[in-house]
Amino acid sequence: MTEKDPTVPAQIRQVPADTIEHVVVRFAGDSGDGMQLTGTEFTKSAAIAGNDLATFPDYPAEIRAPAGTLAGVSGYQVHFSSNEVFTSGDEPDVLVVMNPAALKVNLADLTVGGVVIINSGTFTDQNIAKAGYSSNPLSDGTLAKYQVFNIDINKAVQTALEGSGLSAKEIQRCKNYYALGLMFWLYSRPTQPEIDAINQKFKKNELFAKANVSAFNAGYNYGETTEMFVSRFVVPRAELEPGIYRHITGNEATAIGLVAAAQRAGLPLFYGSYPITPASDILHALSSYRNYGVVTFQAEDEIAAVASALGAAFAGSIAVTGTSGPGVALKQEAIGLAVMTELPLIIINVQRGGPSTGLPTKTEQADLHQAMIGRNGESPICVIAPSTPADCFTMAFEAIRLATKYMCPVMLLSDGYLANGAEPWKLPEIDTLPRIPVKFHTEVEGFYPYRRDAVTLARPWAIPGTPGLEHRIGGLEKQDVTGNVCYDAANHEHMCLLRQEKINRIVADIPPVEVFGDESGDVLVVGWGSTYGAITHAVKMLRQRGEKVSSVHLKYLNPFPANLGTVLARFKKVVVAEMNLGQLVWHLRAKYLVDAIAVTKIQGRPFKVQEIVVRVEEILGAKRPAYAVADAE
Amino acid sequence: MGTNGEHQVSPGAATASGGNGSPVVKLTKKDFVSDQDVRWCPGCGDYSVLAQVQKIIPELGIARENFVFVSGIGCSSRFPYYMNTYGFHTIHGRAPAIASGVKIARPDLQVWVATGDGDALSIGGNHFIHCLRRNMDLKILLFNNRIYGLTKGQYSPTSEIGKKTKSTPYGSIDRPFNPVSVALAAEATFVARAIDTDVVGLQSVLKRAADHRGSAFVEIYQNCNVFNDGAWEAVAEKSVRSDRVVVLEHGKPLVFGKARDKGIRIRPDMTPEVIAVAPGTVGDAMIHDEKRDEPFYPFFLSRLAYPDYPEPVGVFRAVRRPTYDELISQQGETVVAKLGKGDLKGLLHAGEIWRVG
Repeated sequence: MTEKDPTVPAQIRQVPADTIEHVVVRFAGDSGDGMQLTGTEFTKSAAIAGNDLATFPDYPAEIRAPAGTLAGVSGYQVHFSSNEVFTSGDEPDVLVVMNPAALKVNLADLTVGGVVIINSGTFTDQNIAKAGYSSNPLSDGTLAKYQVFNIDINKAVQTALEGSGLSAKEIQRCKNYYALGLMFWLYSRPTQPEIDAINQKFKKNELFAKANVSAFNAGYNYGETTEMFVSRFVVPRAELEPGIYRHITGNEATAIGLVAAAQRAGLPLFYGSYPITPASDILHALSSYRNYGVVTFQAEDEIAAVASALGAAFAGSIAVTGTSGPGVALKQEAIGLAVMTELPLIIINVQRGGPSTGLPTKTEQADLHQAMIGRNGESPICVIAPSTPADCFTMAFEAIRLATKYMCPVMLLSDGYLANGAEPWKLPEIDTLPRIPVKFHTEVEGFYPYRRDAVTLARPWAIPGTPGLEHRIGGLEKQDVTGNVCYDAANHEHMCLLRQEKINRIVADIPPVEVFGDESGDVLVVGWGSTYGAITHAVKMLRQRGEKVSSVHLKYLNPFPANLGTVLARFKKVVVAEMNLGQLVWHLRAKYLVDAIAVTKIQGRPFKVQEIVVRVEEILGAKRPAYAVADAE
Repeated sequence: MGTNGEHQVSPGAATASGGNGSPVVKLTKKDFVSDQDVRWCPGCGDYSVLAQVQKIIPELGIARENFVFVSGIGCSSRFPYYMNTYGFHTIHGRAPAIASGVKIARPDLQVWVATGDGDALSIGGNHFIHCLRRNMDLKILLFNNRIYGLTKGQYSPTSEIGKKTKSTPYGSIDRPFNPVSVALAAEATFVARAIDTDVVGLQSVLKRAADHRGSAFVEIYQNCNVFNDGAWEAVAEKSVRSDRVVVLEHGKPLVFGKARDKGIRIRPDMTPEVIAVAPGTVGDAMIHDEKRDEPFYPFFLSRLAYPDYPEPVGVFRAVRRPTYDELISQQGETVVAKLGKGDLKGLLHAGEIWRVG
């Protein structure tokens, strides 16, 4: 933990730099304090320094809750390391708080003995009371268990920016860059890239650019010149696979994955959507890609969004609609129409806390039932889920491949944690991206709208504008082969079975699950979606302690991978960890008759690694009490 | 979308061109009759609409494969099954949204929507107004029979106040929509009205709608002889029609009556007034101008209703504004001219990137 790093330049050696393996930093402040920006910029510097990392932005649903209140606290956590990073970190080691409310909301999460950097300038009696403290936490012993650094950032920026031409109010808006500068110093980051970034960001307003650079430098210099900090830190480069990297959030990766797949299919991309947290960033990203053959349609509502996409699919576009849980609820009837008309339609569900409006900005995995069985009638669709922010690229691509090959709807289950969380992404070589072979039907001889491919059971994609193939589709039951409206009893059963069988056959086209750890043992932890990092890290720790624990992570939920049943059967106990009240476990129990145990969390926040470790320990029947378990790292 | 050319199939020898000047083979009504049995109740007004559409559509100079008929749910929404074109019988109220997706994806297609008073104005009211607001290039036929027929006789959003139906045994207390007023309030660029039994008028309006670029809305007074027989009898019955209907003709005076001795003008307080005009003259009657940019005038006309006034049929409004697909295509060209055609590598390598190893 304390080895000196020889790579640190000489002029900043005045303060010793300790090399540490990993650190979790959380920035917290009022939602108007710019904490998301501060966190993102700090994260970028870690990425550029070659650390592996994961982030967790946590912000309120209100755009600007009343200043200084607990409701208005916005946070951004980043975990960066010289080793592989699986999650954004259980507990911050360092907490930067910009006001009393942020301290109140976040202090309990800080690791005992951790560092808390406080903007003491905001600790007025009024703000202290607003945060619900009955006495001043800076002096009443609240912070006794932590290393506390009080800095009056309000005053510091006021001094640094005197004569900058900014009003007193505008000067206070530079506080976040002061805090960022200080953190840059503390973690030995080069300042020039950030100064360039500030100048770029504020290129339309030189005054603001200059002021923010000054605030940033002032924060940095404060670290260097005061004797407050006895040491600074270096987190060395992680051993990442060679390649070109980019910092990416799940929503960005989803958008790019859709464009990439549409291009590899040689078709235009249509994205019908209605703004909804936390999915809107996909719409924003795609709407800027007009020069990539992308058309975005901000529809009048969620139903029109999916309906327009279905129309575009009928007309031969790669058609996608994106939303979150409440939007999916509204789209389900149209998804059923896509099932009946057997058109390729991609539905992206960036899940958030529910039911109803629920927790719009918080993460959850409680839409699995809605995806699998949430429509009227026997209405099977393909359901897949990315496991990390960068994996959203791969799975968005996969959604389009499967939808066009099997002529069926595919739902991609992302969530708020993946959508807004970020990680370094090793960019794929363009040539390695598979082509998606799409062939519109043109042969008039023997054409029937519901004559199927013998292997995939896909019906032909015969788009309007093709001479001789004029035909009618719709939501009424179809006669097999001809596609004519048909109320025949036996035909209906036959068609229900056919639609199910078509989805079942996708199993031949998806990879088997890979077991992390041994192929058999005492406990198998099963997860899906964004819990990948926490589960994998927890299982790694348990294995290092000698426990016979393995894990599998499902990226394909309907159908399940072919070998899943066999894998489940090789373990004495199956544990399913998910952020709901036990939805995947319900499906696994039903399909595989396995006595799986649910480990659930539904708090709008991702699992901590320790939470999974503790629960699995309990299930293992280990005698050691959970709190005595040492971190395997 | 910019890449339509890639998957557009060249017109077959036996069909007309898509209107781009290539050889046209004469299509006839029977080219547009599908092999499905028509299952509307005998005597339904829908038969007439189907017949008139099949009559005018071969004359448009558009290849059969370039037509798409989209519908929602309701009796009228069975329409696409009877047209030998591409067709999509969708879900209740959503036809304008699905048709919008078709049109945006393939601006070269001529897209029609068949809908009813319940489908368009009740469950699908939102899609209806937004599609008109955007000037989406769709031909929308609203079969207005003022009743829910397919569900066997509940009142609809165009049913009269006091109407007794299965779901309003003591009379409806809902104030009805006037479909033409709604369409004009949404600033539809083409708004017309026709009567199912007026074959000539209906054909003329349908032809005008087909030729209009942009949203073309046609309300059709349609009789449901089973659940709301005589829905429009008071206005549209042949013996009284000429006194209770005023036919709108661009550049012609608003005169009506068997003897064409009555006219309409606007009072200074902006209310309508029926005036006497000498037969064969214009008198003080207003001259109909369907091309007025401001929708006040056609809206004023849309408020004329029996028994106080004759009900206008014909084209209320026909103005040319850029269509949604034209604007998409223009914007796309501008963006490509500015940024160049995007390549995948550029997309992936955007933002800050760094090399490891």
